[in-house]
Amino acid sequence: MDAVGPLSDDGLVRLLTHTGERVEHDFFSPYAAALTPEDLRGFYRAMSLTRAFDNEAMSLQRQGELGLWVQSLGQEAAQIGSGAAMRDPDFAFPSYREHGVAFQRGVDLPEMLQIFRGLKHGAWEPSAHNFHLYTLVIGAHTLHATGYAMGMDRDGLVASGDPARDGAVMCYFGDGATAQGDVNEALVFSTVYNAPVVFFCQNNQFAISEPATRQSKVPLAERGKGVGMPSIRVDGNDVLASYAVSNWALQYARSGAGPVFVEAFTYRMGAHTTSDDPTRYRSKADEAYWAERDPISRLVTHLRAIDELPDDFVAEVENEGKDLARRTRETVRAWEPGPSVGIFENAYAAPHATVEAERAWFERFEGSFVEAH
Amino acid sequence: MGETLTLAGAINAGLRAAMERDPKVLLMGEDIGALGGVFRVTDGLHKDFGGDRVMDTPLAESGIVGTAIGLAMRGYRPVVEIQFDGFIFPAYDQITTSLAKMHARSGGAIHVPVVVRVPYAGGIGAIEHHSESPEVLFAHTPGLRVCTPATPQDGFDMIQQAIASPDPVLFFEPKARYWDKGEVSPERVAAQLSQPDGPVAGTLEMGKARIAREGADVTLVAYGPTVRLALQAAEVAAKDGVDAEVIDLRSLSPLDSDAVVESAKKTGRVVVIHEAPTTYGAGAEISSRVAEQAFFHLRAPVLRVGGFHAPYPGSKYEHDYLPNIDRVLDAVDRVYAH
Repeated sequence: MDAVGPLSDDGLVRLLTHTGERVEHDFFSPYAAALTPEDLRGFYRAMSLTRAFDNEAMSLQRQGELGLWVQSLGQEAAQIGSGAAMRDPDFAFPSYREHGVAFQRGVDLPEMLQIFRGLKHGAWEPSAHNFHLYTLVIGAHTLHATGYAMGMDRDGLVASGDPARDGAVMCYFGDGATAQGDVNEALVFSTVYNAPVVFFCQNNQFAISEPATRQSKVPLAERGKGVGMPSIRVDGNDVLASYAVSNWALQYARSGAGPVFVEAFTYRMGAHTTSDDPTRYRSKADEAYWAERDPISRLVTHLRAIDELPDDFVAEVENEGKDLARRTRETVRAWEPGPSVGIFENAYAAPHATVEAERAWFERFEGSFVEAH
Repeated sequence: MGETLTLAGAINAGLRAAMERDPKVLLMGEDIGALGGVFRVTDGLHKDFGGDRVMDTPLAESGIVGTAIGLAMRGYRPVVEIQFDGFIFPAYDQITTSLAKMHARSGGAIHVPVVVRVPYAGGIGAIEHHSESPEVLFAHTPGLRVCTPATPQDGFDMIQQAIASPDPVLFFEPKARYWDKGEVSPERVAAQLSQPDGPVAGTLEMGKARIAREGADVTLVAYGPTVRLALQAAEVAAKDGVDAEVIDLRSLSPLDSDAVVESAKKTGRVVVIHEAPTTYGAGAEISSRVAEQAFFHLRAPVLRVGGFHAPYPGSKYEHDYLPNIDRVLDAVDRVYAH
C-alpha cells in the first residue's frame, strides 16, 4: 500500500507479520514474553467465538430478528489483544463495536442483542464487568472515561504499587471519533489532570463511508503526541502486538504516569452496520487485500508454525462457536417486550411529578382498552 | 437564627455546607478557584477546601460536564459552574444526550448526580452571550431537573437540595439578583438533608412552587429574575385595586402545575412572566396546562410577557427586550379587558 497519513502503515508495532511470521520488537517484545502457547490458544478461542457470535447476529438481523447489527468482523485482534491485557481493577469504556472486549470482560454476548432488538439501551451492569455501556454518541464517552479515571486516581486506585489494587481506564473509539471535539477535550483533560487512561483508537479506516483521510491529515496517533502523551501505532490485526502495546500502556497508566494514546491500525471487513453498503465507496481489491490480513488466520498460521494448534482444539472451538450461535439464536427469538409502562422506569432516580402524572395517565389509557374487551 | 446574605453569598454558603456535609462534593469550572468565579459565588472555597475539591478546569464546557459525568459514576457529586448562560452550548450534547439519559439507559444501575450551575438572564448591561435564558431547552429534556432560586433563602436551600438529589440538576442562578439581600436560615434544609430519605425529600421539595404574594384577582407566574418584577408589578396594581397573586415556580422540571392551576381557578386570570423568548417557552407550557385543567375557571386567555423572538440585543436596548413593569401591567390590563 502506498497510503498516506492516517492510512499509512508507517511505524506500526508488529510481532506477527501478515503471513503469520513471528518477529521481534526492541521495546514491546518483552510485554508479550510471558504469553504461553495456551494463552495464544485462548486468544484464538476468544477471537473465534466473537466472530461466531458476530456472524450469528448478522444472520439474525437479516432474518428480521434484530433492527440493526454492528459487525466487529476484522477487528478481533485489536479487541481481544487489548481486552486480554486488562486486569480486574481496570475499567473499559467501549464505543459500540467492541464485542470482543465485551467477551473479554465476561459480558454474556447474547444479552447485548437486547440493544439491537430494541428492548433496552444498556444490556449489562457496567460495575459487574468493569465494562461501561455502549455509547453511540461518537466520542462522548471518552470524557466519561477521563472523569472516571480522575475518580480512580482520587480514590487511590492508581500508583499504590499493589497490582491487585491499581487500575486504569481503557477507552475505545474509532478513527472518525478523533475529529470530535469531545475526544480532543478528553486528551486535554486527561493530560492536565494526569488521569490513568489508555485511549485505544481502532483505526478501521472508515467512518461509515468516509476514509480516515477525511478525519486527519496525519496518523491518528499524532493527536496524542500533540497534547504530550506517549503515542503508539500498532498493527491492530496482530493480536500479539495489540496485547503487548496495551499491556505496556496499561502498566504505564496504572503506575500514575498518565494517559497513553494507542492507535490500532486495522480494517473493518464488514459494513459499518447492516444499513450500510460498502460497495458504494470501496473496491473489491481493497477488501481482498485485507482479507489476506485476516487477524484470525494470521494467528492460526503462527500457532500452526510453532505446532501449538492441535486439530482437536480447533474442532472444540468450532463446536463452541456453533453452540454460542445456537444459544444466541434461541435467546433472541424468545425475547418479548415487557409492558410498555416500563418506559417510565428510571427516567429519574427520585420521583418526578411530570413522569408520575404521565405514567398514571398511560396506565388508565391502557386499562381502558382491556376493559373494553 | 438566620443572617442577612446576598443571593450569591447564600449560594456560596450552601455550597460550603454541602462540601462540609459530604466529602464527595467537588466543584468544577473555569476561574472558580483562586478567583472565586467571575461572580465570586465560589469565593473562599478554594482556600478552605483546596484545589482537589475546587477544581479550575480547562476552558472546555463539554469537557467539564463530560468528566463530571465520569466522576459521578465513581460516586462523586460534581457541581459544575458554567461561567455564563450563553456558553453552555458546547456542553449541550453532554447534558442532553449523556447526563440526562445515563440513569435510564443503564436500567437504573448508574447514578449521575451532577449539578450544573448556570448564572443566567439579563439586565446587567453585559456584552453579547452574557444575558441569555436557555432554561427551557433543559426543562424539555427528560432526565434533567431544572430549578432556579429567586431569593437568598431559596439559593441556600435549593443548591443543597440539588447537590443531594440523586438526579442531575440544572441550577439556573439569576445573575441580576446575585446582590439582592435577604434573611437566610440554615436550619430547615440542614434538618431535612440529615434525614435518611433527605436527598429524595429535598429533591421533591425543590420541585414545589412558592406563593410569593397571595392575591385574589390575577395570578402572576414568575421564576428566577422575574419574581421580583412580578412583586413590584403587584404592588403597583394594588394601587389600582387589583390584588395580584405571585407564584414563584422555583422549578421548571418538574413544573408544579398544581400550584398554578389552583391559583388560576381562584383568580381566573393568569399572566406568565419570563425573560426567555415567549415562543415555545415556559409560558406556553403553563398556558397549555392551565387551559387543560382550569379552562372553565378562566375569565381571560392566559397571557405571556417575555423576551422577543430576536437575538438578545446590545445592553442599551435590553430594557425594552426584557419584561418590565409597564409590560406586566399592560398584560394585567388586557386580562381584565375580557
